[in-house]
Amino acid sequence: MTTTPTATRARVARSAQRQGALVILVVAVVASTFAFDSFGTAGNLTNIALQASFLAVVALGMTFVIMTGGIDLSVGSVFALGGVLAAWGAQYGTWVAILLPLLVCGAIGLVQGLIIARGGLPPFIVTLAGLLFARGVLLLISDEGATTYKVPPDSAFRELAQGSLFGIGYPIWIVVVAFGIGALVLHRTTYGSTVLAIGGQEDAADLMGLPVVRAKVVTYLASGLLAGFGGLLIASYTSSGVTVLGVGMELEVISAVVLGGTLLTGGAGTILGTLVGVLLLQVIKNVINQVGSLNSNWQAVVSGTILLIVVTLQRWLSRQVK
Amino acid sequence: MSRFDKDWVRRNGVYVALVLLLLINIAITDNFVSAGTLRLQLIQVAPVLLVALGMALVIGTEGIDLSVGAVMAIAAALVPLYIGYGTVGALLISVLAGAVTGVLAGVLVAKVGVQPIIATLGIMVAGRGLANVFGGEIKSIRDPGMVELGTGDLLGIPYVVLIAAVVAALAWFLVRRSTYGRQLVAIGGNKRAAELAGLPVKRVLITTYVICGLLAALAGVLMAARSQASDPTKLGMLVELSAITAVVIGGTPLSGGQVRIAGTIAGALLMQLITATLIFHDIPDSTAQVAQAVIVVAAVYVQLGRKKARKKTGQKVTT
Repeated sequence: MTTTPTATRARVARSAQRQGALVILVVAVVASTFAFDSFGTAGNLTNIALQASFLAVVALGMTFVIMTGGIDLSVGSVFALGGVLAAWGAQYGTWVAILLPLLVCGAIGLVQGLIIARGGLPPFIVTLAGLLFARGVLLLISDEGATTYKVPPDSAFRELAQGSLFGIGYPIWIVVVAFGIGALVLHRTTYGSTVLAIGGQEDAADLMGLPVVRAKVVTYLASGLLAGFGGLLIASYTSSGVTVLGVGMELEVISAVVLGGTLLTGGAGTILGTLVGVLLLQVIKNVINQVGSLNSNWQAVVSGTILLIVVTLQRWLSRQVK
Repeated sequence: MSRFDKDWVRRNGVYVALVLLLLINIAITDNFVSAGTLRLQLIQVAPVLLVALGMALVIGTEGIDLSVGAVMAIAAALVPLYIGYGTVGALLISVLAGAVTGVLAGVLVAKVGVQPIIATLGIMVAGRGLANVFGGEIKSIRDPGMVELGTGDLLGIPYVVLIAAVVAALAWFLVRRSTYGRQLVAIGGNKRAAELAGLPVKRVLITTYVICGLLAALAGVLMAARSQASDPTKLGMLVELSAITAVVIGGTPLSGGQVRIAGTIAGALLMQLITATLIFHDIPDSTAQVAQAVIVVAAVYVQLGRKKARKKTGQKVTT
């Protein structure tokens, strides 16, 4: 490849686009460590990682969806539904608690994928309907939200999110493994290259004979499965199925993916960037909690503002490329 | 179904569904035909309709505004804070806040080039947080002027309904009879072509988001005035979804280039009537949500015919 000045500028802009969130994250962590005595402790840092892991699992699926140029607004509801199903299922055994939510949430993702990929309906509308649908089902099985299912005290299901290995909670390990698999799938499989090709130029991918429809269906299926999996993890962690969880989560997840440098127009992005985006959001939350005098509502204000700044920068950088 | 039939269904399906549901209710719901029921339904639909009208304009430009619910909450939270300036003063400040968020969304979309869904998502997240920061816990609104605005009526018509009706008429006029409306539709149809034709694309886009923000703020104030309280955490929650649904089932395509005001009104009324019908017959909220989900997908599916046509020819089908 020849290196022209334009190409160099494009490369700099692209890496700034991708690594921007990482730089902000490092600065935020270093600054907070000096500013707050309690921030840099091992306990607090593992706590941040643990809290971030539930969001991270869901964000992994969303990264693939956004890479295809789509969007999945249903993940918050599906997450909550997965949690309630897991807690309800736990009374019938650990495998029921794990498989039931995956089955139901996977089915919701599959149907959404089929409607989007085969029916050609806009993802925004289909998954918006999915949001209402999953929340409706959740309310139906939880008696209009009045019933909170508890995981039985002796259930091995609790161990899934409450247990730890080498002092690090299972959810963190799960996230590390899941993101590793995610990166491999994206970069080493036909499915992964199809996903990127769809986001880049769907018609071209289609003409090239790539399995566009199948890849899209698989993507929404995976998003549903991962959202449900995130839900069952939180059910295991809190030992209960909390019906009010996940409201507005889809937006937090999308923010994390966009912060991580995945372009909403699809076709480009990194799996690790998403992890950075999730961690950044979690660090912001933690820092605002550390500043005792600040109202916790500032979390949303800061997260929203950072999102707007990052997308503005992304736009600016991509114009530099042009 | 032939293209013609599909097109007819797309354009008029919402009216047919509305009339059918009205007839079904007249037949099977006790006390449905009464001034009280009608009045209550109209009062409840009015704020959603205000938001949906603004949303219809934004969707006409091929945009979307997710921040409307948060803007409602901000506007409502400002009412008790600035009620010292009198009813009109507080109303103006609140509505002005809606205009400010509209300018922000418009500039991000038109000048910076951020996708509408992301720009308004950021405003939504930050805005809901700001509403909570300003508003804190639920605050009651006791100002007589506000209470009158929310609950009073003129010649038997509630102010809230009257305002929504006037705004709907204005919106129809804007879309059909004003230069701005023609430019908006042209931009939504093909932004590039509109730019080449020398239309003031950026100005029209910003104006549209400002109108949407203003209407959302007005809806927020009216809702707070009616319940005589501002609850920044809950007020306007998920209203963006109801508004988008009303617009889409009213026949305005998400791909822009068309705005159907009458359809939007019918869409908002239909959503309200579906919810009300289920409540009248003691069908729980959860089932209502599932029903709403199915209706949204079905409504968009009907629009599909012309989408496929567009894909084949590589350009937008305009009416």
